[in-house]
Amino acid sequence: MFALLLAAVIAARLPLAGALGRAGIVLPFTAVFAAICWLAGDPVRGIALLLKSYLSALAVLVAVSTTPLPVLIRGLETMGVPRFLLMVAQFLYRYLFVISEEAQHMSKAAASRGATARSLVGGRSRFRAAAGALAVLFARSYGRAEDVHRAMLARGFAGHFRTLGALDFRRSDACFAALASLAPVLLRVAVERAG
Amino acid sequence: MAPPLSRESISGWKLARPWRCWAPTEAAKLTFVMHLNGLLKGEGSVEVCGLSVEKRNIAAIRNKIGMVFQDSESQLFMPTVLEDVAFGLLNRGMSAAEAGDRARTALNIVGMAAAATKAPYHLSAGEKKRVAIAGILAMDPEILVLDEPTTFLDPPGQRALADLLAHLPQAKILVTHDIPFAHALCNRAVFFQNGSIAAAGPVEEIVTRFGWEFALERSKLNR
Repeated sequence: MFALLLAAVIAARLPLAGALGRAGIVLPFTAVFAAICWLAGDPVRGIALLLKSYLSALAVLVAVSTTPLPVLIRGLETMGVPRFLLMVAQFLYRYLFVISEEAQHMSKAAASRGATARSLVGGRSRFRAAAGALAVLFARSYGRAEDVHRAMLARGFAGHFRTLGALDFRRSDACFAALASLAPVLLRVAVERAG
Repeated sequence: MAPPLSRESISGWKLARPWRCWAPTEAAKLTFVMHLNGLLKGEGSVEVCGLSVEKRNIAAIRNKIGMVFQDSESQLFMPTVLEDVAFGLLNRGMSAAEAGDRARTALNIVGMAAAATKAPYHLSAGEKKRVAIAGILAMDPEILVLDEPTTFLDPPGQRALADLLAHLPQAKILVTHDIPFAHALCNRAVFFQNGSIAAAGPVEEIVTRFGWEFALERSKLNR
């Protein structure tokens, strides 16, 4: 199973060490449960838990890293995730870079007026500067939200979104789905037969 | 949030096509323009293309008046360019396939067909403005309202925008401070001051009366 996912990571041209490291983010949580299993006298189950969680996280990582977000969102929509959450994710994706660019501009403006890490010595003034910057970013985002709403209304927005097109389920998708579900099963059967 | 407009500025204001104007103001220019498609309501009445601006006509009016706002970043809010241009059409109830086709046609008109699957964040200011205009053109309006379209545009971008706008057949209302741009595109001008109309007439007359073409005078002084 791990070999399959490893092959997927390599095929997707993702940075190997980065991907493997990122998937380990679930390990602290499952390690707790694994420890409980261990203490309860069933170490095999604990290790199986750890492995399963790691592999699931790795699989999710591969899926998310290789699919463009609009496609992901449309896929989630067909699976029944509430529209409101998806809209929030969509707008976040759209405007996150805009807001981070504004934040960079603000830090550049502060730096060009001499706000180096040394001059803002003492936690308090740095905290106040950062808090002020955050407040301005929030106010700007709020104002931008009003602008976006106005632009939506000017183009006839009636209250609910409509999507441009559904995703097609092509033959390659069917082949992939079949392969992906059969491969682990066949592997497992092979392992059982051999052992 | 908007300052109240005085009564005289709105009542009796009839829009006939083709008719262009521009309005440099200290306040209230965007406010005025937002009354045209019902984003703001004031005292008195506004009539656009024969329809009075009230709740039952709002959808039809918003199809007739296309508004391009100053900040294209806030106007292009969908994840891809094509989805954004098709937004207005989908709201009208059009089928997805037809909306996609119309969107592609509009993108062709503004010359941005190659960017259909790009994210708006990756476009330059001029390209964003073109896509915003495409989004409005797709809805086939009779009147185009552009709020400060030359903001963030460098001179080649301004020229390209002027060329594009000159080729569009719709009536245009330009809200701008950019005197050369207005000169290039408009024939009538309306000057707003303190919330009411201070002057109206041909562009050259307004500009010379208030002395706004100071560029030539200043450059002579500097030499």
